[in-house]
Amino acid sequence: MKFIRIAGLYIFIASVVLFSATVFMGTYTLSEASINKSFSGKKARVTETFAAVAKENGVLDKTYYSQFTFMNDVKGLFDKHNKRVADAVAEETGISATETDKIITEASKSGSVVYTKELLQSILPEAKVNLLDGATNWMYSPGKTYDNADAFKNDLTNKINEINRSQAGEFLLYDNKYSRFDITERAATGIIADNKALFLFLTFGLGIIGSLMFIISGLFLKPIPGIKNNGIYLNNATNRGWVGIVVFGFLVAFYVLLYFHPYIIANWTNIVDPLKSVFIENGSASQWFLYGILYCVSMIVMGIRMFIKYRHNQYQMVRTASVLFFQIVFAFLLVEILPLFDLPGVDLKNAWPLDYNFLTDWNVKNYLAAGHLGKFMFFWGFILSIVIVPTLVYFYGKRWYCSWVCGCGGLAETLGDPYRQLSDKRLIAWKIERWTIYPILVFATIMTVVVGYNTYHIVVTPEVANDHTFLGINAYKINEWYGFLIGSIFAGVIGTGFYPILGNRSWCRFGCPLAAYMGIVQRFKSKFRITTNGGQCISCGNCSTYCEQGIDVRSYAQKGQNIVRSSCVGCGICSAVCPRGVLKLENGPDDGATRYEAPEVILGNNINLFDIVNENNNKSALYQVPEVMLEGKVDLFEMMKDDDTEDYSS
Amino acid sequence: MEHIVIIGNGISGVTAARHIRKLSDKRITIISAETEYFFSRTALMYIYMGHMKFEHTQPYENWFWKKNRIELKKGFVKQVKPFIKELVFADGDTLKYDKLIIATGSKPNKFGWPGQDLDGVMGMYHKQDLENLEKYAPNNKVCKRAVIVGGGLIGIELAEMLQSRNIPVTFLVRETSFWNGVLPAGESAMINDHIREHHIDLRLGVNLQEIKADENGKVKSIIIQETGEEIECTVVGLTAGVSPNIDFLKGSKIKLGRGVKVNRKLETNIPDIYAIGDCAEQYEAIGNRRPIEAVWYTGRMMGETVAQTICGNPKEYQPGHWFNSAKFLDIEYQTYGWVFGERGRPEYEEHFHWKHPKKHICITIAFHKDTKLFLGINTFGIRMRHHAFDKWLTEKRSVEYVLAHLADANFDPEFYKLHEKTIVAQFNQENNTDIKLKKRSWKRIFSY
Repeated sequence: MKFIRIAGLYIFIASVVLFSATVFMGTYTLSEASINKSFSGKKARVTETFAAVAKENGVLDKTYYSQFTFMNDVKGLFDKHNKRVADAVAEETGISATETDKIITEASKSGSVVYTKELLQSILPEAKVNLLDGATNWMYSPGKTYDNADAFKNDLTNKINEINRSQAGEFLLYDNKYSRFDITERAATGIIADNKALFLFLTFGLGIIGSLMFIISGLFLKPIPGIKNNGIYLNNATNRGWVGIVVFGFLVAFYVLLYFHPYIIANWTNIVDPLKSVFIENGSASQWFLYGILYCVSMIVMGIRMFIKYRHNQYQMVRTASVLFFQIVFAFLLVEILPLFDLPGVDLKNAWPLDYNFLTDWNVKNYLAAGHLGKFMFFWGFILSIVIVPTLVYFYGKRWYCSWVCGCGGLAETLGDPYRQLSDKRLIAWKIERWTIYPILVFATIMTVVVGYNTYHIVVTPEVANDHTFLGINAYKINEWYGFLIGSIFAGVIGTGFYPILGNRSWCRFGCPLAAYMGIVQRFKSKFRITTNGGQCISCGNCSTYCEQGIDVRSYAQKGQNIVRSSCVGCGICSAVCPRGVLKLENGPDDGATRYEAPEVILGNNINLFDIVNENNNKSALYQVPEVMLEGKVDLFEMMKDDDTEDYSS
Repeated sequence: MEHIVIIGNGISGVTAARHIRKLSDKRITIISAETEYFFSRTALMYIYMGHMKFEHTQPYENWFWKKNRIELKKGFVKQVKPFIKELVFADGDTLKYDKLIIATGSKPNKFGWPGQDLDGVMGMYHKQDLENLEKYAPNNKVCKRAVIVGGGLIGIELAEMLQSRNIPVTFLVRETSFWNGVLPAGESAMINDHIREHHIDLRLGVNLQEIKADENGKVKSIIIQETGEEIECTVVGLTAGVSPNIDFLKGSKIKLGRGVKVNRKLETNIPDIYAIGDCAEQYEAIGNRRPIEAVWYTGRMMGETVAQTICGNPKEYQPGHWFNSAKFLDIEYQTYGWVFGERGRPEYEEHFHWKHPKKHICITIAFHKDTKLFLGINTFGIRMRHHAFDKWLTEKRSVEYVLAHLADANFDPEFYKLHEKTIVAQFNQENNTDIKLKKRSWKRIFSY
């Protein structure tokens, strides 16, 4: 069995090494066929022009041995293509260079500038006259006078360029990460492209087999159920040792490539093409499909590890099954399947403000274009965030979402479980947390208001001029910045990439605006609490150590206080690792005092046992709960300042 | 300003200091020779097992002490001079106090076994013991086998520690069944099974005769008294109980028994000197308790009590109903009230024992055989609510009442399978009663 475990580890490592190596394997050839596929949604003119430009520049059908040299040559083609297309379109439907010259010559032949509609009619066909008339009628004489011909020429050519560009709009290509990815992915040739299924097996297949051999053999090597945290701080992988650093580097690199340079990992998406083909014939996987597959595979494999590790703990079993279900069905399968029925491929459990694109124009248009069901799905988004989220937090705490449903939480609770002890428990970390998570909620709210205002204009009143600005903020800019800083860098690169350094919930703890929103509800109006079992705490610190949210659980437990904290995601691990049965996650009556404190008597300082029993008065001098807790003043920052620090000096 | 000096930075001393600070503005100094900062002794095992680092066992961050004006002094007190109220340290330093709290805890028992001071022989109590263990038993290459002598709570923890690093363990227990001085027979037997299930070589009913040394003065083997068997080993853990750590007080005029003699107010025979925690010995035992209680919880309670007294609010130590907990490898144990093992069991105490047919889950309820008064409960593998039992004991409920309300007391995590129904059914069958289990009631739970 030990052999199987070790062999599994080596198989897994080999599959990861091969997976990484595939980035550098194969060749890239831009061919007419690959161009056709890359721009399959676009007009024939695009592919033809691009192929022609590529040919003239010697890129077409040339074989490159790395995606970097390939991209080096390809990226210059975009501008050339755009110029070619724009010039050609100008001849046909726009204003050609000859026509422009002619207008300028005619208009300024008298010495001064005389520019009129009649002049245009004498030179251009009617369709083109209408184009120019619409854009330049403010330049007509005698309403507008030009002192010299150059000023006129300048205004006119600017306007003509605008016209030509908009005429050519549908044929233009932009040099961004998406088009780079589309071109590279289709241009990939050679060993990977020819053997996708084989490589799928050698990387994902062997990776799954190897890790399951490693994980499942543990069931036989340690056959007695119970908390098995032996060696976690002695192991380089889980104590920020060198293995952890390597994993950290790998994860961060993965996220940077995925979000910002997906063309580099085009081979990885090719490897999962056979899986995409399950949903669409000859499907071609995007980087997001690759991410979805990796996400699901990681969660399933590490979910099996959770099932084995916590097989004695029914709460963990049910909870793990739940996160796996919501990830596989809602976040993955439905997102792939809904578009097959012409519905928006959205994750129906992804609630605003975690889903920060909920009100962007393209998303709303997607919903509205998808008939009644699409409209209902749009409506569902509102109901989810405004009604369902706070209601369920009231009854069950935010755990119903964070550690039962959420995708980020699901990954944290499965792939991230070996790293949960690395969260920072110091008071300073708690202070930082308050200064990051709530401002991000405010940022998300402002961004959504601005974006929603813009979307409203675009969808409801498209005829009204709209500069996409509200409160002096440009909707697209703020959306882009939020997406970059919060959506990509914080949630992805830091949130997951830093698992082996900051623990598995740094996004959920320091960044997630939905967690912040639910946390406020949980803190002030919820039935959920972690009950401390009287005086049984021995201050050992297992609960605090294994709290992924960095809550110093022990500081409450050793005082006999219940834990009511906005950041608690209710994973239940504190209760699981407690050697003395002190902690229990409960939904009980929300009647203030009983949610926070345990009766004094239990700590043993029952100096007046019978007085206390008779009075049933919880407010003795020794363990007074800070007033802010009992009265529940809604002051965002005041609320965290409970006596966790035990500062008696003030 | 009155200067309160506390010798010992364990749970008792630190609890006293924290409460004195809560109640007053007195100057407070805590002295320790063991560590700079307070740590949870009960968590030492988890450091060796790799569950935690030492810093995780410290319940308060290092800035805490300065912020709360609790001075920390590292040093070993050699002598107490009660009449001039002065402490003398091993390095010759001295410190004046106005009031002194002795909270020096325990030290492992040694019974004069030949070889008990060899290299590789250790207790498992102090931080230094942990460092010793790390030195002599870092892995199963260096430490081929460890022998543990003494079948108490520390013994089984040490076995679990060594086992976590795959070091073979032989566990010598003097009793005929593990911890049967405390546990009823059925429970004790279940723990025996569980220890063996973990491939720990459990030897019951045996004593240590001697520890043999190799040529370098290191442990080589041990000899079992009863059989003469020699067991080769690298490390010997002596875990045959603990006794008060009070040698430094000999000749100080402070009245000593096995521990520092104190009255119910935790005062010693000398004014302004108090003793709390493991090292304190009551003149008369309280209820069924022992005069010396080496338990985390009692140390904490004494710390709170003495703080009240020192801050002008004289209190007697009233520990309330007995409770305790432990973990035997993978089996959690809790107890509320009194359940006696074979030894010392009063004749009126009757036991009801229920055990899960397959799993290591069982409970024993003790009750008065005539009055049916509920006396206490031991639970293994089921968590129970402290509040509930505390209240039922105070209200002197009958065993029938407790069983009918047992669902209220369950403290297992959500979704766990509940066993109250089968427990009550078995009780009804054995005792010809007709107790009906009530549904769990939040209203009652929050009245406990």
